[in-house]
Amino acid sequence: MTDASINPAVPKRHGSLMSADARTAKRNAAEKRFQMYGMAAIGAGLFFLVVLIGAILSSGIGAFQQTFITVPVYLDEAKLDKKGNRDPAEMAKVSTFGYNPLIQKAVLAAVEEAGIETPLKKSKNMKALLSASAAAQVRDVVLANPDMVGQTVEFRMLASSRVDGYLKGRVQREDVARDKNIDAEHLDLTDALREAGIVSKGFNAGFIFGADASESRPEQAGLGVSMLGSFFMMIVVLVLSLPIGVAASIYLEEFAPQNRWTDLIEVNIANLAAVPSIVFGILGLAVFIQFAHLPQSAPLVGGLVLTLMTLPTIIISTRASLKAVPPSIRDAALGIGASKMQATFHHVLPLAMPGILTGTIIGLAQALGETAPLLLIGMVGYIATNVPDGIAAGFLSPNSAMPAQIYEWAKRADPAYYERAWGGIIILLVFLLTMNLIAIILRRRFERRW
Amino acid sequence: MYDAPLFTERDVTANTIKIGARGVQVFYGDTHAIRDVDVDIEDKTVTAFIGPSGCGKSTFLRTLNRMNDTIDICRVEGDIRLDGEDIYDKRVDPVQLRAKVGMVFQKPNPFPKSIYDNVAYGPRIHGLAKNKAELDEIVEKALRRGAIWDEVKDRLTAPGTGLSGGQQQRLCIARAIATEPEVLLMDEPCSALDPIATAQVEELIDELRQNYSVVIVTHSMQQAARVSQKTAFFHLGNLVEFGETAQIFTNPEDPRTESYITGRIG
Ligand SMILES: Nc1ncnc2c1ncn2[C@@H]1O[C@H](COP(=O)(O)OP(=O)(O)OP(=O)(O)O)[C@@H](O)[C@H]1O
Ligand SMILES: [Mg+2]
Repeated sequence: MTDASINPAVPKRHGSLMSADARTAKRNAAEKRFQMYGMAAIGAGLFFLVVLIGAILSSGIGAFQQTFITVPVYLDEAKLDKKGNRDPAEMAKVSTFGYNPLIQKAVLAAVEEAGIETPLKKSKNMKALLSASAAAQVRDVVLANPDMVGQTVEFRMLASSRVDGYLKGRVQREDVARDKNIDAEHLDLTDALREAGIVSKGFNAGFIFGADASESRPEQAGLGVSMLGSFFMMIVVLVLSLPIGVAASIYLEEFAPQNRWTDLIEVNIANLAAVPSIVFGILGLAVFIQFAHLPQSAPLVGGLVLTLMTLPTIIISTRASLKAVPPSIRDAALGIGASKMQATFHHVLPLAMPGILTGTIIGLAQALGETAPLLLIGMVGYIATNVPDGIAAGFLSPNSAMPAQIYEWAKRADPAYYERAWGGIIILLVFLLTMNLIAIILRRRFERRW
Repeated sequence: MYDAPLFTERDVTANTIKIGARGVQVFYGDTHAIRDVDVDIEDKTVTAFIGPSGCGKSTFLRTLNRMNDTIDICRVEGDIRLDGEDIYDKRVDPVQLRAKVGMVFQKPNPFPKSIYDNVAYGPRIHGLAKNKAELDEIVEKALRRGAIWDEVKDRLTAPGTGLSGGQQQRLCIARAIATEPEVLLMDEPCSALDPIATAQVEELIDELRQNYSVVIVTHSMQQAARVSQKTAFFHLGNLVEFGETAQIFTNPEDPRTESYITGRIG
């Protein structure tokens, strides 16, 4: 056979090597075509990603900027502390209604000082420029520092959402005619105040760290409190689902006998992973709230529900990564007299760790973005206006969660909330990307050890 | 107390039976992989298992340290005794058994840890070293006896998986003998080794014979002839012939043994 093929007398079966024969050409063409399809698919994917990110950024980036009005406010003793003894308990009797005129007067004074010509001559006319939260802000500061009464103090107060929208281009002059909250004169005044440096746009820390506000005060609404809600939920999820999930997987994968029971359990875990998350929500409502009487809307309950939802994901990924550890490693350990547990914990688990961590973080990320189950335990729709005072309250007092807050904002009528919802999505995405990044870094770390 | 039978047994040191197997049957589910095998593994002797692929050599070898316990569908029947004690008795902890009956696998399987940790792992979990210095000594001794010390002494902290196939196998041998087993089971230990490393391992096996009993599965007739004193020929799950290596190779009783050795079946 070999003799024959090197014998020049035998006719060549394949022709010259320099040109591809028809079959090879066809095969190569098919391969090229397939590569083209693949590249086109990736191209389409990238295009949609860019469109998505572009849309999110262009709609949401505005939420990170907010318009402020900075004016010196004269804190009139006659209005704020009639008795003059600077007793905070006494001063607390003056509500925000007592502060509003002072602030409006202060803005009007600033307008006059800057020499701005405007038909709005009354201090009441300034109300439309200011956020309803301004009075509360000033009042809080005054109650905390009673000595300020009688002095003139500079305050940086939130502008109303209309003024903010005008500066951001959301509110147009054409719209104003139909808007009872603001007039064209106000917009003229805003332009002038902006020139004068009294109205300015700045970084909006309140959006990231602040609490949610009522429907009429979008300029004040922030994600901070619901972020804490999400944070406490994630702690519950991590603390419960990682040890339970990993222990269950290790038992099933390394110790349990292969029989009908383990098969049944396996099938059911796979099924659980496919159960719609709202089902877990209703389960949580029935078990944790109605039966166990845990508080409604609490991150603890949310965390428990999300734990149920995350467990199958963690178990499946942990089992997959345990399975991926070559059996020869187990044999090696058992062969020199390690117990099953030693073999598992000294050799198998470290090798499976990157996979387990990735699965856990993906499960957590899923839980972080989950809204539906929170609907049923009352975390959606809860107006998260109070920062929990302490760790226990963080778990037990009602709160919202980031995706629930975004959903809530998206539902609200005022277009200013639309921008907040997109801004919230940006923050949520930053969190998710950070988690994925951590997963990648941890994986690298663990892999580099060997 | 004077114990006459034991004394006579000790007298013939070369023939002390380390492992005695009687009527061993192994099933993988419905597959009958080992049929009624009787074998005596002698102390301070190298016993070779030969036979065509799939005849059950590895399976039988793994019954001797109960590695088959890890296979769910595997069922072992019969009587296997180590120093007269039934190793399948309910009271026997396989972990303790495997510390006495070590194993080297066909495919090198170092842990993905440092060379040092690979060898030190066994002594560590069995508490063989009181301190770091003692452990260092055990590791060095094992690596020397594994004929790999010179190659790795400068990089003990490098990962064991970064070695060549042959080096990895010698590392695995070093790892197995670091725990000072009484019996060493080797499943085709040289199938990944070059002739030089093979010669080193064979030399090592010969040296181990001074203290231990070694059982080696091999596909190389020459190797079996070189290193073993006893040879067992397996065929289709049966132990066809068992006896002195010289006799098996020069004057086999069974025609199947003869055909296998001369290369006609297998
Ligand atoms: N884990 C297992 N599950 C089911 N059957 C098995 C398993 N391991 C081995 N067998 C079967 O048992 C028989 C003996 O296999 P074994 O591995 O002992 O052969 P061997 O003599 O070592 O072969 P080789 O020389 O190729 O290594 C074979 O028929 C094989 O198919
Ligand atoms: Mg084998």
